[in-house]
Amino acid sequence: MNERPELLHIEGLNVSFPVLGGAIHAVKDFGMRIRPGKVTALVGESGSGKSALGRAVMGIETKIARITGCAMFNDHATGENLDLIKLPRDGRKIRAIRGGRIGMIFQEPMTSFSPIHTVGNQIEETLRIHKPLSVSERRESCEEMLKLVGFEEPQRVFDMYPFELSGGMRQRAMIAMALICRPALLIADEPTTALDVTIQAQILKLLQELQSQLGMAMLLITHDLGVVASMADEVVVMYRGEVMEAGTASDIFRHPQHPYTQGLMAAVPDFDRPRSERLKPLREIQVDTAGLMDKRKSEKVLPEVVLSVQHVSKSFATKQSGNFGFGATQKTIAVNDVSFDIMRGETLGLVGESGCGKTTLSKLLMRGLKADQGEVIYNGEAGPIDVLGARGDALQDLHTKIQMVFQDPVSSLSPRMTVRNIVREPLDIHKRGDRKKRQAIIRKLIHAVGLPDSALVRYPHSFSGGQRQRIGIARSLALGPDLLILDEPVSALDVSIQAQILNLMKDLKSELGLTYLFISHNLAVVNYMADRVAVMYAGRIVEIGSCETIMRQPVHPYTKKLLAAVPLPNLDHKLDFNTAGVSSASARKIWGKQFLEDRAAGDLTHIDLGNGHMVLARSNVDARELVP
Amino acid sequence: MTSTLPPQTDLPHYVHQGHFDPYALEKGSEGSLINQASQLRLMWLRFKQHRLALISGILLLIAYLMIVVVEFLAPYQVHTRNVDFIYAPPQAVHLFHEGEFVGPFVYGRKMTLDMVNLQRVYTDDRADVQKLRFFCHGETYRFWGMAEGNLHFVCPAENGQLYLLGTDRLGRDVLSRILYGARISLTIGLLGVATSFILGIVIGGIAGYWGGWFDLVVQRVIEVLQSIPSIPLWLALAAIMPADWSPLLIYLGITFILGLLDWTGLARAVRSKLLSLREEDYVLAAQLMGAGSARIIGRHLIPGFMSHLIASATLTIPGMILGETTLSFLGLGLRPPITSWGVLLTEARSVSIVALYPWLLFPVLPVIFVILAFNFLGDGLRDAADPYR
Repeated sequence: MNERPELLHIEGLNVSFPVLGGAIHAVKDFGMRIRPGKVTALVGESGSGKSALGRAVMGIETKIARITGCAMFNDHATGENLDLIKLPRDGRKIRAIRGGRIGMIFQEPMTSFSPIHTVGNQIEETLRIHKPLSVSERRESCEEMLKLVGFEEPQRVFDMYPFELSGGMRQRAMIAMALICRPALLIADEPTTALDVTIQAQILKLLQELQSQLGMAMLLITHDLGVVASMADEVVVMYRGEVMEAGTASDIFRHPQHPYTQGLMAAVPDFDRPRSERLKPLREIQVDTAGLMDKRKSEKVLPEVVLSVQHVSKSFATKQSGNFGFGATQKTIAVNDVSFDIMRGETLGLVGESGCGKTTLSKLLMRGLKADQGEVIYNGEAGPIDVLGARGDALQDLHTKIQMVFQDPVSSLSPRMTVRNIVREPLDIHKRGDRKKRQAIIRKLIHAVGLPDSALVRYPHSFSGGQRQRIGIARSLALGPDLLILDEPVSALDVSIQAQILNLMKDLKSELGLTYLFISHNLAVVNYMADRVAVMYAGRIVEIGSCETIMRQPVHPYTKKLLAAVPLPNLDHKLDFNTAGVSSASARKIWGKQFLEDRAAGDLTHIDLGNGHMVLARSNVDARELVP
Repeated sequence: MTSTLPPQTDLPHYVHQGHFDPYALEKGSEGSLINQASQLRLMWLRFKQHRLALISGILLLIAYLMIVVVEFLAPYQVHTRNVDFIYAPPQAVHLFHEGEFVGPFVYGRKMTLDMVNLQRVYTDDRADVQKLRFFCHGETYRFWGMAEGNLHFVCPAENGQLYLLGTDRLGRDVLSRILYGARISLTIGLLGVATSFILGIVIGGIAGYWGGWFDLVVQRVIEVLQSIPSIPLWLALAAIMPADWSPLLIYLGITFILGLLDWTGLARAVRSKLLSLREEDYVLAAQLMGAGSARIIGRHLIPGFMSHLIASATLTIPGMILGETTLSFLGLGLRPPITSWGVLLTEARSVSIVALYPWLLFPVLPVIFVILAFNFLGDGLRDAADPYR
């Protein structure tokens, strides 16, 4: 063993945090290695101790944490072999390694930049600390790095402030900051979890290019095996602080041995599997809907269309900065002439990247915002209601019939109420039944989402993200709604929990006869859930059709790009970075001209391709030209 | 790049052989105390860790309990005069008399007039041992001006004196007066904060929840109010109060003035907290369920910011107490016969008096302690108000 091929060798690492009445052991007797120039993925659900491991190696874990073991960092550039754990906290040596030899990028691009310094200033800071360079050399080096991470105008970006950049752009700048000193190792802690799939594909592409270009090693910490399959050479699967399985990517993906690895893999929705095949989450939920909403068997024949959305538009006025607020107002069109119908008992998937207007649309439907124009009609038992204009009793009625499940399981439940009060609130507002009856309904609701009675007296903070989302679903079901608007209900969750929640929603739908509007940025998830799919881009619906059609024969280039961006846990289906790894704005340039707006050729309209398959294209284009 | 490195072997395929329970992660600490705890309980656990705040809280609690039973605790009444002992210095409590244990006692005093310096000189009479009595019947008082009683915690010996903190120019016991003064000084802060609390919540709440022109006007008014130097404004407002008002009315008037000028900070805190809470999804969820404004404010917003408010209110009480002390010291706040710490300090206004009778400055000590205690308590409460951070 005189020659160590490992860049980082971790052995017997323990990390524990003292808490009230005991300690939490986040990492237990952990061992792994990272080879130079290779990508090692560390996979596990949230709470399995992945991030604690990354932070312990960097020496940035909180002071109260107890860390033992060793992490030998064998740097070929300096020839030194150091135990990172033993180095004095915030000493000179560890600081030289941090940022200089090991770079780190974090999950949240919004908070990892200081808002009061320019992007360039913050990237340059790393250089200033680690390398003796002149001001102009530093600037040159930074601009080169910014160009490398995909900014077209590095000179301009250098002087921009973080708030001027979007989330994906900020993550790029963050990567530039981590790589400016050409580190031997990059620790990427969930680098794409906060981003939607299209931007995720761009960032992954960038990371992979940089990794091979700079010949650095990378520790990719993630919960998504789909991401791992496209990136990693070696994989370590971690659960509750221990290694469950480790091996090369082909070992792990082709011959997974451990039930945990197999479970994680089975939980990822996949295009190749038949849509009817149930996902297998690690932890199943028993759904018990006995006695809930028995009125489903009403004799009355209800209209087939539950919600009809016609030509809805919404724009926001944004004030120009400067001139003491007297600047001209600019209009941003968030939702542009959107029309669709939701049929009774179906799931309509609404897909698009963040910023395309999905959430604005859902808020319009829930009356959280006022639409500029258009009409939305809800057809219920009591006849049609004009959603956008309803007042008084009609509005209250509407609030009971259309309910919403939110994306963020943390902020959607009041931290000061018990689960019982949270679930009871809609019943209180609409004065359903007496005290006793309400209690009975609450109990049934909580059973329906697979939680025990004991959950009723607890507060939201004592539940995991997935459990909280289940409480949110229970609340939305309290009034017996017809239509549920699910606004990215699984985007904030781990893949394993995602499968659990998706199955739960499917079960509830079939047992209670609900109708869903399912909003998501991930087409694989929509593929699993939806009967029909509407693809939204820049406020317009660019393609709508049955799920089969959209997934198998997409026509619009944007749909194709979304499809390519879904990471799958399959080595034979790695991400196609050529299609998925470009930004939507630049991808637009290579769209066929029939999909682009043009004054001479007239406005874009929805062209019917048959079987309810519509695509947004120039009005003078023949339907046959579009289908390849 | 990799070619320059030593040959590498593939990672051997390792599979963990131990027991695997997929539900373990979710179970985690389900039964633990933290998980069962309500928000209030979490705050209490957090607050307990702030030692200084906890001690301050206990001291303040004791102080407020004391002002309920001042008549019992004070050896004398607030206006009891003893013309034989004018400007008498503090007496020391002894336990041993000529090597013999007697229990707590004070020596009797003899007063001689120093005609050269025109000064009263008090000397201990070593032969006159005046044993203190506890739970004794002493001066009669009217408990809160209602029930008559004469039970005291400690009284001087029959025909003796007990001036632990000395006496003032009329021969009144400074300790008793400080105890009675606490009744006014400690409550004026609470009443003032209550006034500013109501004003702050209502005005800040309306500004934060509905916004619009009201918000704009309120913001400007707050800015104007905060830009006026506080002491001249207090003085002006205090001067408006007619001199012939009864002491009780003046007391209420002063609290109102203090509250009137202090709501601005609270209103701002309420407004900004409301603005951030309004963005929370659970508030939107309640709106989408069809909840009305009253319900949203009452059930979701107020519980959300109440803990913060109580913390910031605690931090404004010391300002009120100081304000009262300042005003009274300047002679524009409370006036005798009402006794507050500020009124007591007016006695020590001239340098010669401070030089000759320094014990008249003793009322400063409770002011300092109470203000420090409130500041520490407020700090602790503020840290505890957000148990998730």
